[in-house]
Amino acid sequence: MSTTTTLPVTTTRTGAELALHRAELGHAGVPPVLGELDLRVTPGEVLTVVGPSGCGKSTLLRTLAGLLPPLAGEATQDGQPIRRPGADRALVFQHDALLPWRTVRANIELPLAIRRVPRTERRRAAADWLDRVELSGHAGRLPHQLSGGQRQRVQLARALAGRPRAVLMDEPFGALDAHTRSGMQDLLVDILRDTGATVVFVTHDVDEALYLGDRIALLAAGQVLDVPHPRRRDAASATTALRRRILASL
Amino acid sequence: MSAGRRLLRAASLAAALGLWQLLTSLDVDLWLRFEQFPTVGEVASALADRAGTAEYWQDLGFSLRRIAIGFLLAAVLGVATGTAVARSRWADDLLGPLIEVARPVPAIALVPVAILLLPTNEQGIVFITFAAAFFPVVVSTRHAVRALSPVWEEAVLTMGGGRLRVLFSVVLPGALPGIFGGLSVGVGVSWICVISAEMISGEYGVGYRTWQAYTVVDYPGVFVGMVTIGALGWLTSTAVELLGGRATNWLPRPAVRPVTRRAFTPAVPAKEPVA
Repeated sequence: MSTTTTLPVTTTRTGAELALHRAELGHAGVPPVLGELDLRVTPGEVLTVVGPSGCGKSTLLRTLAGLLPPLAGEATQDGQPIRRPGADRALVFQHDALLPWRTVRANIELPLAIRRVPRTERRRAAADWLDRVELSGHAGRLPHQLSGGQRQRVQLARALAGRPRAVLMDEPFGALDAHTRSGMQDLLVDILRDTGATVVFVTHDVDEALYLGDRIALLAAGQVLDVPHPRRRDAASATTALRRRILASL
Repeated sequence: MSAGRRLLRAASLAAALGLWQLLTSLDVDLWLRFEQFPTVGEVASALADRAGTAEYWQDLGFSLRRIAIGFLLAAVLGVATGTAVARSRWADDLLGPLIEVARPVPAIALVPVAILLLPTNEQGIVFITFAAAFFPVVVSTRHAVRALSPVWEEAVLTMGGGRLRVLFSVVLPGALPGIFGGLSVGVGVSWICVISAEMISGEYGVGYRTWQAYTVVDYPGVFVGMVTIGALGWLTSTAVELLGGRATNWLPRPAVRPVTRRAFTPAVPAKEPVA
């Protein structure tokens, strides 16, 4: 893989700081899914969020993305209230978020096209991202011609191609088999390394949360725990006690 | 399409023609009466005669032009209206009731309206053609837009896309399979109405000529008109289907058997009572 000097695909910009201040989250007209939540995601960290299904993990992400205004309190990015979705905060969905009528390449180019990046630069950036997610041979394919794991790699590339300052991931590997999943986790760690982006990663898989996260938020218990050795596969023994504690909270 | 399937299709048409020829040449009278009915040969020679006249092609041109203008207007305005109603509560409240009230009125019943409103007969016929195709297009567009997965829109919004980007990169391409379902229905209904309108108030056109043939008891002439209408309708609906297949070639193809030429199937079945 060659790093181009003319167009940095990754940015050294610092990640965004995301925070919730006494926020109640949910949809208008029904009781809040999450009440009175205080949370601070520090710039550049990976915060994994675990909790039983239905506890409001997706609601949390959609609020941080700006798709869903908080019912009370405030959601902020770098101290400024989040009022609408924007290119600063990319969202990665569990599945089927690629536009099925666009080729893999055109999907990855989309955030750049929205920013009016010239076509040749878009092509180059997309090619570079395809290379990083090891799908160079699939540029002209349509999403439905790829496997589930490949589609999620395209989604990662698409989200990061827009050089967001925060990436919000909603169980992105939840529908993948165990083997593909661990490969995707390694790939994610690899491609996030030099983006500097803040990551909020929602999962129901405790081991995934322990591997990827600098910190783990237990949504149902309202706790945030530090992970001793984030992103090290050999750290499993060091995290046994923590793992037990998380499982007990679910 | 394989040679075998082509052969079968040709054989089906040939068998129908053969049966027609048999029943009419033998003057069969078994409750259904075929004595007065023109034979295939009579119709064919009448068609050959008519096709040699400039009048025939002039009529054809008139009918096609009326269809083209009316249908294209209906396609553009129908997609725009359907999208607006599906995407905006304001547009839905404003236009929804009007559409629901106007939709059940058969387009051909609008002849008096067309005569009152529009200065020329020609414009009246185009108006009726338009009205016939407009509602199937509106209804199928509305359904198709409402059925879109919200995830696509959210993805584009979180890339920094605005309303127009969502409209042109998500809503319209995503609704296209359903929209083409409405266009297919619409072009068929357009033909029904253009021919009917020509029969009532035309001065030229295939429908007018067919009715003229009937008034002078020229039955082969009537059948020439019907054959012409059938061929033109088939031509235009094939064109719409081909265009639809081309525009939605991203749809997953059925994996069960190799398909060389994929038939276009609308994602949202659009049904409109024949106007």
